[in-house]
Amino acid sequence: MAVETETVPRRESALLRFLKSIALIRESPVGTIGLGIILFWVLVALLADIIAPFPPNTNYVPLMSPFTPTLDGEGMYWLGTDLQGRDVLSRIIHGSRKVLLLAPFATFCAYLVGIPMGLAAGYKRGIADDVLSFLSNVILSFPILVLYVIIIATIGSSALNILLAVTFASAPGIMRIVRGLVLDLRNREYVFAAETRGESPWRIMLVEILPNARGPLIVDACLRVGYVIITIGVLGFLGLGLPPPDPDWGGMINEYRVMSMSFPHMTVFPCLAISSLVLGFNLLADGLREVSLRD
Amino acid sequence: MLVFIIRRCGTMALTMLVVSILLFILLELQPGSVAVKVLGPYSSEEQRYLWLEAHGYFEPIYQRYFSWLLNFVTGDFGDSIRFKVPVSEVLWPRLANTGILAGATLVVVIPIALLLGVLAGMREGSKLDRFISIGSIITTSVPEFASAPLLGAVFVFWLGWLPGTSGMIDGLDPIQLILPVMVLVLYDFGYVTRMTRASMAEVMMTHYIRTAVLKGLPYRTVIMKHALRNALIAPFTVIMLQINWLLSGVIVVEFFFSYKGFGALLLEASLNQDIFMIEACAMVAVFVAVATQTIADVGYTYLNPRIRFS
Repeated sequence: MAVETETVPRRESALLRFLKSIALIRESPVGTIGLGIILFWVLVALLADIIAPFPPNTNYVPLMSPFTPTLDGEGMYWLGTDLQGRDVLSRIIHGSRKVLLLAPFATFCAYLVGIPMGLAAGYKRGIADDVLSFLSNVILSFPILVLYVIIIATIGSSALNILLAVTFASAPGIMRIVRGLVLDLRNREYVFAAETRGESPWRIMLVEILPNARGPLIVDACLRVGYVIITIGVLGFLGLGLPPPDPDWGGMINEYRVMSMSFPHMTVFPCLAISSLVLGFNLLADGLREVSLRD
Repeated sequence: MLVFIIRRCGTMALTMLVVSILLFILLELQPGSVAVKVLGPYSSEEQRYLWLEAHGYFEPIYQRYFSWLLNFVTGDFGDSIRFKVPVSEVLWPRLANTGILAGATLVVVIPIALLLGVLAGMREGSKLDRFISIGSIITTSVPEFASAPLLGAVFVFWLGWLPGTSGMIDGLDPIQLILPVMVLVLYDFGYVTRMTRASMAEVMMTHYIRTAVLKGLPYRTVIMKHALRNALIAPFTVIMLQINWLLSGVIVVEFFFSYKGFGALLLEASLNQDIFMIEACAMVAVFVAVATQTIADVGYTYLNPRIRFS
């Protein structure tokens, strides 16, 4: 026995394994493109102060079309200016910060609530399962945007309230997925072994079952971040989003909506920005699914 | 089968009941805030008190809930604060308008999505499959509030072919429906396509299809006679559930094109705190969603012979 343990190579550190699993995405061209788009926007958000040609809320010449030079001839309004003379490109660059902060964080919070619920429902079964499943069915039966509109219109609009609404509306769906995975995993031998060792139920759920359910959950998380980006955008578009004047993409589209048929440049570019970011997450999810099915 | 249908309807009724309780808690728990919404922020304390008393708001909460629920079931939704008429007078015509929009969307989505899904799933991994799959990912990544201005820029601003708003001031005008339907179709067809593709691909892997191919049947016969029947059971459910998504989509599209429909009404009611209108709209929306889910469930069990004959 002693000899055998020596020949077993040391397990790589958790961080290294994590990085290697991310590198696997290179095997899927679609996933690589998705990751590339996301990284591009992350970079834009991080460097917003450096790469944005103008401050996002300063007023210059209104209603300039794209590629108009500034009055002093030194700079250029690459994507034109809006009704109040603010540079559209700079507003898009700065708007990326909000959505890239809020969307993943809101998704994370929804998982924080949904995962324990799903674990409890799937592992403990019984009355807890019945109640949780029924309640999640009730919330999922709402057309999703109806739910958001009613909640946000009633409790008011702020980053915190959007976070709460997203958590409230997404947690049941996450719970359902986790529950399904747990129902499959709870009959595995390593779970029985852990039960025989006398591990506590929550330790079994969190340490034995959850790590083995991570594959489908990571794919789902990517898709969900995409949905949450759309949600934040829709709320901004409907006038229920983050308060002005700081730019956010959905709010920009709403602000310029009435003028969109005569000055399309103001709406077209925020639309492309948000669509490309959502596309990035969807492609990444598709690539991850492809890679995970392969082995 | 009958027992199953009755049980599904029971679940549906229970869901509606819980939804009504949630709505009641969210919107009507504090009588004071209801009075402010109905009478406006500049009403005096006395006015609010009199109004609350006249409308039975000082009774115990469970009694209030049951009389509220009874009114709802009998179709009496109260008066709209914003429109100053009974809620039902505004609600039903708006719902009919949305029905037209949603119906037109489904009429376009279903054939396109099924055709593309079957074509993609027929030969999994082929060039056509990759093309359709990636295409459907791209279209579902463009949210409705982005595709509406984009399509508007192309068809209204550059080409000038279509009107930019769909107010329907002079009655129903099919030309004004084109752009809203296009936006909804673009966002919705991808999901149904992907589901149809998955279902078709699964069927193509089965033994009986392999047998059919190996015994020398023409490929067309294998697809049309053997594969399609089983492959189209799952998309039926997906299409029914799509109605739930469509209800979300119409809010955005109707708002953007100022179409006088149910979604725009719900949004207007929410933004103006038109409390009884919000309640009625929410209950109607959930009813439509839950009813289509129930139909989808019942239909699925009916269509699937493995369940029907067991």
